[in-house]
Amino acid sequence: MNTAPLILIALTTLATAAVAMAGRNLIHSALLLVASWAGIAAFYLWAAAEFVAFAQILIYVGGVSMVVLFAVLLTRNSRAELAISTDSFSRAIAALLAGGAVFGILVGAILRTPLTGSTRSPAAFNVRTLGLELMGTHAAALLIIGIILTVALLGAVVLAAPEPPEDAP
Amino acid sequence: MNAAPPAADAFLERLPLIARDMLTVWFPEPARWLLNSLLAIAAIIISFATLFSLLTLAERKILGRVQNRPGPNRTGLPFLPFTAGRIFGLGQPFADGIKMLTKEDIVPRAADQFLHFLAPVALLALSILTFAVIPFGRHLVPVELDAGVLYFFAAGAATELAIFMAGWASRNKFALLAAMRALAQLISYELPLLLSIVPVIMLAQSLSPTAIVTAQGTLPHWYVCTPWGFAAFVIFFIAALAESNRSPFDLPEAESELIAGHLTEYSGFKYAIFFMAEYFGMCALSGMGVTLFLGGWQAPFSFLEFIPSYVWFGAKLLTLLLLFIWIRATFPRLRMDQLTRLAWKFLVPLALINLLTAAFWHHSHNWSTPLQLVRWAIAIFLVVSPFLWLGRALTQTFRPRTYRYA
Amino acid sequence: MNLSPLHFCLLFSSGLFCIGLIGALSRRNAILVLLGIELMLNAANLNFIAFWRFSPNPENGHGILFVVFSIAVAAAEAAVGLALVISIYRHQKNIRLPEATRLKG
Repeated sequence: MNTAPLILIALTTLATAAVAMAGRNLIHSALLLVASWAGIAAFYLWAAAEFVAFAQILIYVGGVSMVVLFAVLLTRNSRAELAISTDSFSRAIAALLAGGAVFGILVGAILRTPLTGSTRSPAAFNVRTLGLELMGTHAAALLIIGIILTVALLGAVVLAAPEPPEDAP
Repeated sequence: MNAAPPAADAFLERLPLIARDMLTVWFPEPARWLLNSLLAIAAIIISFATLFSLLTLAERKILGRVQNRPGPNRTGLPFLPFTAGRIFGLGQPFADGIKMLTKEDIVPRAADQFLHFLAPVALLALSILTFAVIPFGRHLVPVELDAGVLYFFAAGAATELAIFMAGWASRNKFALLAAMRALAQLISYELPLLLSIVPVIMLAQSLSPTAIVTAQGTLPHWYVCTPWGFAAFVIFFIAALAESNRSPFDLPEAESELIAGHLTEYSGFKYAIFFMAEYFGMCALSGMGVTLFLGGWQAPFSFLEFIPSYVWFGAKLLTLLLLFIWIRATFPRLRMDQLTRLAWKFLVPLALINLLTAAFWHHSHNWSTPLQLVRWAIAIFLVVSPFLWLGRALTQTFRPRTYRYA
Repeated sequence: MNLSPLHFCLLFSSGLFCIGLIGALSRRNAILVLLGIELMLNAANLNFIAFWRFSPNPENGHGILFVVFSIAVAAAEAAVGLALVISIYRHQKNIRLPEATRLKG
């Protein structure tokens, strides 16, 4: 399988994610993260997981990004605050050390494992099979996910709704 | 008597393919695939850009006729000597284009320069991307995707981001407020839009536009001719009106009330690009509506199949676009609260109930002939009664307007 | 050293996971912390897809099914998390996490 597009996608996604996480401007960070989510969708396309790629675009680029941007705009006092105040230096160093250690362990483990990986074409698993699996074997899981989503969204509405004044009936 | 050739192989039907092959036959085999794709992209962009320019003219002329005035009728084509222009104002789109290109492109000094530039580009690119999966004809599907319908709506959902970018990058409070309002509208109407097409996917048992078209066949089998299909089509159409910012849902940039909404700080050709993207979105949504509900490129009757499929698609597309313009001329604009109430309290519940109707329709398809009438009656009842009930709840507080000082 | 495509996928996902981890640990802004957690979830999804693609029998599609469910849960998590951010903002007028100490024992 051709790895050149994979490396390109990976580098773009990692770069946008890193810049987003280090950024000063919240809106720029959010938009860069959207680019990185789109990069992940491109990876899914490369891995022939069409349905998941489009679901990723629909949910992350269309949905989650909107929620994030609305939250950014709803939780600021003035434009000056959009430029986030400097985070503490020692905290950043500690986080970098922890993250770097985890990354080192993971990379070491991956590189020392002989992974051949079969390259059989997954053509047999198309959208139709996915639908049948979801509605048949995994119907219970689908129902539970539906309930989780409903409860979570109701909870989010309750949390975000303004509280009534104290003397309200 | 010679047997007529099957419709799929008729000369006219294959004409675009033949033209394409004549162009690419001169190139070596490995490059041909790339050239074919490039030709498809060029054909889509050129034909829809032409359609865009003609639509703006048609819209202005039709609106003019409805409002009892002639509309643009002076501008002619400069390269036709005798007419000196004035053929129905056909030169108007060109004049508009030249005007837009030569206007000064103003970028506010405080604006986020890069995002300000990126917003129209992203919007246009994303709205052109949606054309990729629409089957324009029997042999004219730009990209054959297994999950094409999902792709279409994913690309459409991404355009919201461009609108946010436009509003935010302008560094203008009116632009930002208008962008938030536009987003609230787009997100609200995304739900009924998606829910209204779920029954089609359920009954066609496929997410591929081509499979959905072939599942419909000729006229009486189009999905719009079933009770649930009709309801779904109406919901889809209303939501499409709102998604493409068309009147009566054109609150985001209500020209007569607001200062151009999120486009306040845009001028010159960038402004034109926003309008182009809006019309492209309208065309793409109409094309999807034709594909999902109106039988796509299929001829209404089998004896009319000698007319090539792409002509049928074009005719249906133009009908829907005319309906868009007609509605713009007819209905007054909604208020913001009416707009969101219509989406959440009316269209979403109706679309959910419509799922039940479609399920009933699917499971009763093998009832015997006399029971078919019962089936139709039950399905129509399932569509009409929630419509009346919810509609009454929605309009209960409305009274005829009284004029005290008139 | 001979690296297979699967190696590249795993390196990609671990890089993404660590960027998310560093972001979530180092930033003070609640929204950025949430976005870091989203990145970590995405990295996990990426691994599922990679192992599905290079598994000996991709026909059963368990990786894809898992990712579909995981995306749904991630969307719910984002909604609840941002609602929490908004309610923190309502109480203390900013969203800096180190200052959200009202319930600290």
